[in-house]
Amino acid sequence: MKKIFLIIAIVFGVSLNAQQTPAPPQSEQIAIIGATAHIGNGEVIENCTIIFKDGKITAIGAGLMAPTVGTMINAEGKHVYPGFIAPSKSLGLVEVDAVRASDDQDEIGEMIPHVRSLIAYNAESKVVESMRPNGVLIGQVTPVGGTISGTSSIVQFDAWNWEDAAVKTDDGIHMNWPNFFRRGRWWAGEERGFIPNKEYGKEMADIEMFFQNSIAYGKASEDEKNLPFAAMQGLFDGSQRLYIHADGEKEMTDAVTMAKEMGVKNVVIVGGYRANKIVDLLKEHNIPVLVERTHALPSFEDDDYDITYKLPKLLVDAGLLVGLQNEDAANFQVRNLAFYAGQTVAQGLDKETALQLITGNTAKILGIDDMYGTLEEGKSATLFISEGDALDMRTNKLTKAYIDGRDVSLETHQTELWKRYMGKYEREKEGQ
Amino acid sequence: MKLKLLALLFFVGSVSLFAQDYFPINDGVKAKKNNNYTAFTNAKIYVTPTQIINKGTLLIQNGKVVQVGKSVNIPKNAIVEDMSGKSIYPSFIDVLSGFGVKLPKEASGGGRSAQYGPSREGFYWNDHIMPENDAISSFEYDKKQAEELRNAGFGTINAHIEDGIARGTGVLVALNDEASEAQRILSDKSAQYFSFEKSQASRQSYPGSLMGAMALMRQVYYDMDWYSKGNVNTKDRSLEALIANKGLTQIYVAGDNGNVLRADKIGDLFGIQYTILGGGDEYERIDEIKATNAKLILPVNFPDAFDVSNPYQAKYIALKDMRHWNLAPSNPKVLADNGVEFSITLHGLKSPKDLKDKIMKAITYGLPETKALEALTTIPASILGKSNEIGSLQPGSQANFLITSGDIFDKGTTLYENWVQGTKNIVESMDVIDIRGDYDLAVNGTTYKVSLTGDADKPKAEIKKGEEKVDSKIDYSADWLNISFSEDNIGSYRWVAQVMPGANSIKGTAVLPNGDETTATMTKTSPFEEKAEEDETAEKPQLMAVTYPNVGYGFKEKPKQESILFKNATVWTGESILENTDVLIKNGEISKIGKDLRAGGATVVDATGKHLTAGIIDEHTHIAALAINEGGHNSSAEVRMEDVIDPKDVAIYRDLAGGVTTAQLLHGSANPIGGQSAIIRMKWGESAEDMVFDNSPKFIKFALGENVKQSNWGSYSRFPQTRMGVEQVYTDYFQRAKEYDEKKKSGEPYRHDEEMETLAEILNGERFISCHSYVQSEINMMMKVAEKFGFRVNTFTHILEGYKVADKMAEHGVGGGTFSDWWAYKYEVNDAIPYNAAIMSSQGVTVAINSDDAEMSRRLNQEAGKTVKYGGMSEIEAWKMVTLNPAKLLHLDDRVGSIEEGKDADIVLWSDHPLSVYAKAEKTLIEGKVYFDLEKDKMLRESIKKERNQLIGMMLNDNKKGGKSKTPVQSKKEEFNCDTL
Repeated sequence: MKKIFLIIAIVFGVSLNAQQTPAPPQSEQIAIIGATAHIGNGEVIENCTIIFKDGKITAIGAGLMAPTVGTMINAEGKHVYPGFIAPSKSLGLVEVDAVRASDDQDEIGEMIPHVRSLIAYNAESKVVESMRPNGVLIGQVTPVGGTISGTSSIVQFDAWNWEDAAVKTDDGIHMNWPNFFRRGRWWAGEERGFIPNKEYGKEMADIEMFFQNSIAYGKASEDEKNLPFAAMQGLFDGSQRLYIHADGEKEMTDAVTMAKEMGVKNVVIVGGYRANKIVDLLKEHNIPVLVERTHALPSFEDDDYDITYKLPKLLVDAGLLVGLQNEDAANFQVRNLAFYAGQTVAQGLDKETALQLITGNTAKILGIDDMYGTLEEGKSATLFISEGDALDMRTNKLTKAYIDGRDVSLETHQTELWKRYMGKYEREKEGQ
Repeated sequence: MKLKLLALLFFVGSVSLFAQDYFPINDGVKAKKNNNYTAFTNAKIYVTPTQIINKGTLLIQNGKVVQVGKSVNIPKNAIVEDMSGKSIYPSFIDVLSGFGVKLPKEASGGGRSAQYGPSREGFYWNDHIMPENDAISSFEYDKKQAEELRNAGFGTINAHIEDGIARGTGVLVALNDEASEAQRILSDKSAQYFSFEKSQASRQSYPGSLMGAMALMRQVYYDMDWYSKGNVNTKDRSLEALIANKGLTQIYVAGDNGNVLRADKIGDLFGIQYTILGGGDEYERIDEIKATNAKLILPVNFPDAFDVSNPYQAKYIALKDMRHWNLAPSNPKVLADNGVEFSITLHGLKSPKDLKDKIMKAITYGLPETKALEALTTIPASILGKSNEIGSLQPGSQANFLITSGDIFDKGTTLYENWVQGTKNIVESMDVIDIRGDYDLAVNGTTYKVSLTGDADKPKAEIKKGEEKVDSKIDYSADWLNISFSEDNIGSYRWVAQVMPGANSIKGTAVLPNGDETTATMTKTSPFEEKAEEDETAEKPQLMAVTYPNVGYGFKEKPKQESILFKNATVWTGESILENTDVLIKNGEISKIGKDLRAGGATVVDATGKHLTAGIIDEHTHIAALAINEGGHNSSAEVRMEDVIDPKDVAIYRDLAGGVTTAQLLHGSANPIGGQSAIIRMKWGESAEDMVFDNSPKFIKFALGENVKQSNWGSYSRFPQTRMGVEQVYTDYFQRAKEYDEKKKSGEPYRHDEEMETLAEILNGERFISCHSYVQSEINMMMKVAEKFGFRVNTFTHILEGYKVADKMAEHGVGGGTFSDWWAYKYEVNDAIPYNAAIMSSQGVTVAINSDDAEMSRRLNQEAGKTVKYGGMSEIEAWKMVTLNPAKLLHLDDRVGSIEEGKDADIVLWSDHPLSVYAKAEKTLIEGKVYFDLEKDKMLRESIKKERNQLIGMMLNDNKKGGKSKTPVQSKKEEFNCDTL
């Protein structure tokens, strides 16, 4: 008992001290002047003025008349970007990977669409706050595991609690499509490598049955509620998206075919390692792809060493709507989102197009493009100023960040420690 | 019962005489010696594979060959068998088998924690070392299996307990069902066996890895020597057995080409030449295999083709696995061509029946028949030191021989008899009367057309009434022929007849549908004509080229040293960035740096707008290794990463594509004292040995924190479980190492201890520590322990809280190899910050940025770039964190790490600023050899595509022809990091 108390004290103590205080609502008009503005839709405006008030962009363009009221920020030589958006991550659901008590990302059960990530989202996570200094300001908080993992929500990264954080509640359902190949159970005499998954057909049929039951359930008004089936209804009326996590050509083809047969309105592929092989099918059904981080290793020994680097470019060139995510990496890695986009530039993608992969495109894919993802009049002033090119690690240096016009802190637990210990050494130097 | 006994006696006949002369007999008379001879005349006799007698005579008596030759005087008391048209070969021998030997019981699943100590007393301290075991103790002759083996041509089998690292001695047994053990067992200590695999009889954790098994074997030999000199007061039955069995044939059950070399390496250290079980992939590294001088025991379990009919499934198969399917059958030929002696084993085959097919295949792929025969007869005999008893038909040899219808490895040849120790065993009857042909069978007024085809001893029947086929069944054995057939509406006929040789008609009795019996005769209308078989052998197998290494992206030819002049590059030297500068590479070195250099004979590369840097050095990685952790003890200082380098890991090639040229392969972090590092260069295509950085200093991995105290998995019994205990582990080991070293230096006799030797090197400044570390308390502790024992820690790796004690680190003189921005994965990294590198550096610590895994290793330039963002490092200082600084930490900065005249030409040409995410490595050179080149990479991709396609076509063809096929498998190497167990 004493021990438990101690653990609670430590955990709470640490996180309360660390979390930066969320910024208050925007109180006066702010104008950023002279910046290179990367709009997030492929355009770039040099010497741009961006004016925002009450959390919304009221004007943006080159050569705008400088306002006479509010705060003016001179950003000459600097760059302004829409806040980066990180889809499909369990940010805020797990704090320290190896500490089970801090892990809330994976509920038991195979088909649990009714399980909602939002209410477990820890707005005070130290991992979450470390996103802001790198320009990642919005994320889709996503449960993991099982076949249908649950329902995600989209949040902004500077909030007192999950209600404050919510940008779009229960935006979509995440489904892990079964694998056509699985690891051999060598201890049971199977091959050591990956072998065909004999259960693949059955696992697929189980999913289809679950969808059919959900549809049937939705047609009648039952007295007794079925929580999982009820949670699926948004897929059929288009109010929620179905995120299908799949990588192989066969898996993606099977999944898309099933989802379309079941009348799911909005389907998104997450992963899509071989999506370049089924471009026509994805185009036909208007299905966007959230590609796995470009830093990932190739999945197959004989694949091009740079296949993951260039996959987004291949898909963009093929005319698909593409975003980036990094669900296979640790949560803290989300702050490297910009560099995953930067990596595609070395493969020949234009820098502004690369930026779209983590801003405008992602907003469209997640269905929040009415407010986020691009710097446009009428949209949320969720943006930041960087001293240099934010897609390159050398020059990604934020001086200001705003979420809905709120001037958010760029300090973190990590910057505090940096300053504390540099201070210690300064003191030593001064002989104190 | 009586009858059976009689039959047995009859069979035993000639046999029972020579064994147990002095045994009393109570079941009959004793005076019944059978000294009769058997003479096989007019045979083609293979006395040995190379000594062949046409129309010769083989004379045997009392289970042994008496005489063999062209003109043999046949004694009067001889049974003469005319073998005209037949061939006689020595029966086969398998050196490696588990025949009749029971495996020990599997240890039951343990409790909450691993078992660290042994379960036995009076033996070696490690349960997996069981040289005292002998196969004879658990041997039980298995008649059923013996018959299968005889039917495949084997006469003698050498069996052992296929379990454990030191497995004890084998038993050599003749497959003579009729004899007693007294005669069958040719040797009860035929050879001594070793492997790298632990015993299933014990759960003792150590060794938990291949490198641990190797280290254990070395220690065992040292201990044997120590024990044999009388230095040990207690009794160790394992070591005593090892000493006693020193003179036997030593066999290492290794298993693949890498393990063959590993086994040989152990042997070399102790002057032992093992005979080694190969893996069937020796062709990949034939020069190294040849250089071992070892005789091999070769499996011929050539893989079946994959079923590639489903293109989605086929994509999962790696080129290397398809290529191995293509090349494996050529393995015996390649060995034979290179003069490597080998015996062939059934090991790895599902059934002895498969042997002939595999040998025929190997012969089709170029293995000379003589070599195949030697590999089954004379060579296994010589491996076992039994050449005078088995494996040939020289006078005095055991009468173990095969009688065949012809060339033993021909498809159409029948093996009739396999005689073992003079006992006749019939495989197929020699006296079958060939009844094949077309006949008329007249029964009850109707004439049926009967056509007998197929094999002579198992003919197939087709019966027609007019043009209409009738259902029928045939059985033909021991000269009796049964045919039954039935007609709709009438019923079934049964017909039985005894066949006489040479007759054109067969007279028999028919039972009619109504039950009446009548005589019915089958009269031949035309003789049988063998249809010419499709000439399969004419098709020469098409073989893919072996590449270096033999996987996708392997090179057809190993890269050669080049002279290259890079013109007009932005050159990153150790301390400065030079614009528009030329660099000349010659003789593997950086020969000149300057403006407007003359090419001489060098190839000119226009590097305008590009950057030229030293190759990246990864101070901490786990790629290119077959094992990472030996966690079976809290110290594993005796294990060596150099023992387990995997030169075929595609991560090496991918690292080159990321500009990495050198890396330290570190042991994992499972225990406070880990294993010895391997510092390698990414010489893709070279052997494991040649990848090791020549004359590189010695390193060892230490580890602190959660991993060594086993915090994150269920193990509660190994010391230490706390950071307090970790300090004591070090103090204990260093104290003992100090005492060990003092004793050794004093000249007194001492027990050579692999672990203490390594630790003493640290104390003597001959080996450096790379210590995995997280929180400030433990970092401080490690430095204090080192100071107490008079040495300094060379490097702290991970060192995530290094920034908190950077001043102390600088004072101690230790460097730091850290991640750029990792944290939040464990409790101990709560305070890990990306400013760590910059802070440590600001306090004068030499800092490197390292990877820990294959993913990050290949883009370390970007990770260095992050230090510019976090903490504002200058670009040149940032770049040094992945080049010159790790070179310093590895004590290799006089040779690599920067572009300086006279340093090794380990360099990278980048398309852009090397710290930028936009930069791509275009060329990567090591010692002036181009190991990666974007253009060459394109060609490799094309050739992979082409070869895959070609092999898939060949497999489809094989599938169509009815070859066996297996489900596609994606062999995937596990990605390793520190924590990989």
